[in-house]
This record gives sequence, structure tokens and C-alpha cells, in this order.
Amino acid sequence: MIKYILTKLAIMLVTIFFVSIVVFIIIELPPGDFADNFAAEKASAGETLSQSDVENLKERYGLNQSVYERYFKWIWGIVSRGDFGTSFRYNRPVMMVIGERITFTTCLALLTILFTYLIAIPIGIYSAMRQYTLGDYAFTFVGYLGLSIPSFLLALLLLYFSTKYTNTSIGGLFSPEFQNAPWSLARFMDMLKHIWVAAVVLAVAGTAKIIRTLRATLLDEKSKLYVTAAKARGVSGKTLLLKYPVRVAMNPIASTLGWELSAVISGSPIVAVVLSIPDMGPLYLTSLLSQDMYLAGTLLIFMSLMTIIGTFLSDILLAIMDPRIRLGIKI
Amino acid sequence: MKTQDENAKLKYYTASQWQLIWWRFRKHRLSIVGMTILSIFIIFALFPEFFAPYSATERNGESILCPPSKIVFKNAEGGFSLAPKVYGFKRERNKETLKMEYVVDESNIQPLKFFVKGEKYKLFGFLPGSIHLYGVDNGFVHLWGTDTMARDIFSRTIFATRSSLSIGILGLAIAFIIGLLIGGVSGYFGGWVDNFFQRLTEFIRSIPTYPLWMGVAAAMPREWGPKTVYFMMTIILGFIGWTTLARRIRSQIISIRDADFIVAAKLCGASDMRIIFKHMIPTFISYVIVDLTISFPNMILSETSLSFLGLGLRPPVTSWGVLLRSAQNLNSIVNSPWMFIPAIFVILAVLSFSFVGDGLRDAADPYSEKS
Repeated sequence: MIKYILTKLAIMLVTIFFVSIVVFIIIELPPGDFADNFAAEKASAGETLSQSDVENLKERYGLNQSVYERYFKWIWGIVSRGDFGTSFRYNRPVMMVIGERITFTTCLALLTILFTYLIAIPIGIYSAMRQYTLGDYAFTFVGYLGLSIPSFLLALLLLYFSTKYTNTSIGGLFSPEFQNAPWSLARFMDMLKHIWVAAVVLAVAGTAKIIRTLRATLLDEKSKLYVTAAKARGVSGKTLLLKYPVRVAMNPIASTLGWELSAVISGSPIVAVVLSIPDMGPLYLTSLLSQDMYLAGTLLIFMSLMTIIGTFLSDILLAIMDPRIRLGIKI
Repeated sequence: MKTQDENAKLKYYTASQWQLIWWRFRKHRLSIVGMTILSIFIIFALFPEFFAPYSATERNGESILCPPSKIVFKNAEGGFSLAPKVYGFKRERNKETLKMEYVVDESNIQPLKFFVKGEKYKLFGFLPGSIHLYGVDNGFVHLWGTDTMARDIFSRTIFATRSSLSIGILGLAIAFIIGLLIGGVSGYFGGWVDNFFQRLTEFIRSIPTYPLWMGVAAAMPREWGPKTVYFMMTIILGFIGWTTLARRIRSQIISIRDADFIVAAKLCGASDMRIIFKHMIPTFISYVIVDLTISFPNMILSETSLSFLGLGLRPPVTSWGVLLRSAQNLNSIVNSPWMFIPAIFVILAVLSFSFVGDGLRDAADPYSEKS
């Protein structure tokens, strides 16, 4: 088990290193740099920056150095001092700009995963046990619909209906009185009151997928001999269901937990932009558009990190649940 | 009676693989519905100039954010008539809010005519024509209302179908080529090549998809023309989708790599290329087609989401995502909810592709039939 965890850990570290390279390449892709962009922006607002101002800006942020130099400086700053560079736009260290937003994104992702499984597992079991009933058909239909509505559209629709019929906006993360308040239990509860909408929107697609997988595996397992054998021994009702086929059917669910998390983190920026949740998503979009490269790069690295750690945790979870993987037996 | 039964059996046993697939596919009612909807969409995409009453950029002068026209089936005396008519709108100031509002103008009623002569267009860029599916004689008709620039939303949606579907298909084609190359090479040769590509795929999967491609899409310079952006978007979409396809193709190839007929071909001295393309691919092409159909919704959703964020296609190109972008503003959708209507196309397209994909998957599986 320890060897298994160590191997996975090593793979994780190597992946993180490569991710940092890819991220840096991406933020280097746009032609021009922040200084040019800034000058163009000022010019469209009617101000003009002289050439020497632009050069000064470049000098200050080290935009004149070569790509390799900047990459290694950036990485060295992160590794040695936890310094992710400076956000050009906000003129502050990247970590200060991101601040609470990491917490929001993490909360949102965890809550979404929680929702997904809380909704999907009971429905999946129900659908398999009551195959071809009205309930099964209804859930299948809703599942199809959930898979085909783009998440941002669902968010927009919810926004529309809440504004139209309750006259309160469900967007944002806090009520006005808690906007700038320090953290307290009341503020946390207020956040939960707002964040669940985004979590539900993000959970829909994943839920539909898990219901389908669970239903299919359960239907396969239900008629297998070990279930019949258990039945013959007198196990019945819920115990039979939960101790035998459901336990086996949970394996593919646990093994895809990492992908699920990855899908949630991948989809969250768009939903956060629509529902104006001040997490990493909207910041990422604006930083991309203004070529605030260290900010964009750091955000992308954090999002990848969450995915990578999620995959790592799901690997360990799978090893705990399935002895074949724990003991390294080839199936 | 008996001979008929035998005939049916004979027909079944002598049918080609594709015929069998089609027969099984026919039994799925939902898939047939999906296929019908998709065919309609494809026809829309081929001849948008005919189905849309106006071009995608034509402005109806002053009618900004005009609500959808009301269609009635009434004759002059108020009884029922099959010929549809539409009411016009007039602008009036609301006495309470003092805002200008559109009010249905009962006096301005016009018959909705079919196959009318309208704006001239060139089909496929060279066939001149001027017949549109429907229209009115005087003024404009907006079945789905107009947008903030007084353009007909129905016409724009029809034109958007062309770019959204075509970009999806091109993106899928690129994903397919990359998937086939990497999956094929990786499965066929195995060893370190396989190992390398496997790690590469895993690595790409570990970076969250949308944020990654948002980053790449944002790198497209603002001054690029619509055509270049369109081209780049197909490449980006292709790169989003190839990993799953490569995985499937690899596992298919591995499963038949050591089959007798492949070994025989090798012993006969067939080249690797010949074995892959002549012997291996035909055995699993049906599965690959199924996978392609199932990945198509992803392409549409990716395009729509990226364009919605303003990172994908940009005006003057119209795509479903570009159209929905104008519904991004909460104010605009509360006051003019018809801006949402293009979303129906997105949902229908994705839903239909899922149905067709599911039907095809069952139909392509030779073991699905118990006989």
C-alpha cells in the first residue's frame, strides 16, 4: 500500500512539473505582452503612453528577458518563497489578488461533488431496481436533458426565473451585509445560501452520467450468481442490495471521482462568470483577456493542481475499496 | 406463410453488416426522432438563405428588441382560417414607466406568405436566387423577435446553424485524425511508443479542459479576421476531443492485434500501413463512428461555451454561442426573453446527437440482438 501511494505521489509531482511548463507556454502564446496591451487600452481611453513609459513598464516586470529566464525565475520564486509573481493589472502579488477566491472555488467544487453523489447514487440504485417504471423513465429523461443543456445556459435560466418570479437575484456569493465582513459562522452560512445554486448547476451533468453508469453496472450485477447465492442464504431486502451488488457497482464510481472533479473544475469558470461568483473563474477570464500572465498562469496551475490532487485521492480511495488494486494484482 | 418466414431469414443471413446495423437502428424510436431533427438541421445549414427571411446582418431600421410576432389563424370575419397572418407592432410610451414599448397593432394585420420573393442571395456562393420560405409583403416579420441591433433572431439562428454544425464537424474530423494516428500507432506498435502516448494522454487529461482551451483561445490576437479565428477554433475543438477517441482506437487495435487474420497478413508480408488500414480499421469502424457521434455534442457545447465567453467565434460570424452571448446580460434577458430562443437549437442538436449515438451504439453491437 505504501509503495502504491509513493508511486502515485511521484507521478503526481512529475505531472505538476510538466503542467507548469505547459501553463507557461500558454500564457506566453499571445503576441505582444501586458505592456503593449496596457498601452493600447490607455490609448483607446484617450491617454497616450510614450514609448519610454512602455519600456519602463517592460523593464519593471521583466518582460524584456528571454522566455527561459522568466520561466525559471517564476518557478524558482514559487518553489523557494511561495511567490507566484506580480499581477500587472492589480499591481500586487498574485497570491494577494487571488486571496479568498481559492477557498470559494474549493468550496464550490467540494459541494458540487457532494451534491452529485448524494443525488446520483440513490437515483441510480432506484432506477436499476425499478427498471422500466415511470420513475426510471422520468429520471432517464431528466438525465438526458441534464447532459444536453450547456451549464451556462442552465445558470442563465435559473437567473432569469429567479429574477422574474422572486425578484431576488441568485447571483453573487454574499448578501450585501456580509460582502466585506470578516469570516464568521453567519457569513459562512450566508455563502452556503448563495453557492448552492452554482453547485447544483455544475452537478447536473455529472449526476446524469453517474446515474447511467450506476444503473448499467447494477443491472449487470443484479442477476449474477453471488447475489443469488446470498439470497439463498437468506439475506434479503436492503442488506442484500447494499452489501452485494451495490458494493461492486460503487467501484467504477470511485475510480472516476478524479475525472468528476476535473469536469467540475473545468466547468466552474463559465458558471461562475454567469452567476457572478467571485471565485477563480471570473478572475481567470479577465486575466486572460488583459494578458495578466502571471495571474492567469497561477490560476491555471491551481485549477490543474486541484484536479491532480483529486485524481490522487481517488486512486487512494479506489485502493482502499478494491483489494485487487491495493495488492497490485493484475486483473 | 412458411416461405415468407424463410425469405425473411434468408434476407437476414445474407444482409451486409451495414444493413444489419440499419435494421437494428430502425427499432429505436428516439434515435429515429433524433435523426430526423438532425437532418432538418443539416438542411437548414445547407440552405440557410432560403429558410431565413432575411440575411444574418440585415437590420430592420428602428425595431430594436422587437418581441416575436404573433401568428393568428383568422380570416377577415374573425373565424378560423388555415392561412396564417401576423400582427405588426407599434411603439407606444407606457403611461406608468414612461418607457417606449412595443404594442401589438391590431389594425396592422398581414398575411404570412410562403415562397415569397425577397432579398437576393447566392446559394453556395454562386447560385443566384431570391425565393425565401416565408415573408410578408410590407415591412418585416420577426417570428422570434429582434436583437439589440434590430436583426431578425430567427434568420440569425438559421445562419448560425451552419457555422456551429460545420465547426463541430471540422473539429471532430481533426480530433478523429489525431485520435486515429496516436491511438493507432500506440496500439499497433506497443512498447515504449505506447507508453509515451499513454502518459501524454493522461497528462493532457490532468489539466482541466475548459480553462486550458480558454487560455489557448484567448491567445488569438484580436486583429485576426473571422476566417482565421474560425479555422483556429476548429483546431482548438479538435484538440479538446482527441484523447477519448485515441483511447478507444488504441484499445480496439490491441484487442485484434494478435488475431489470426492479422498474423496471416503479416506473414504474407503486408506492410504496417496496409495492415492497419486494410485489415484492422474495417473491423472496428462502426464502433469508431459511434464514438464520433457521441463526441459531437461535446464539440457543440465547447464551441457554444467558448463563444459565449467571448473567446471563441466573434461577430460578424454568427454561431449559436455568439447569439447566446447577447443574452448574457441579465437585464437583456429579463426584458427580452426571446433572446434565449437560439438555445433551443443547441439543446435539440445535443439531445438528437445523444439519441442517435445511443441508438447506433446498440445497433453496431452484434451481440445486442438475442436470436
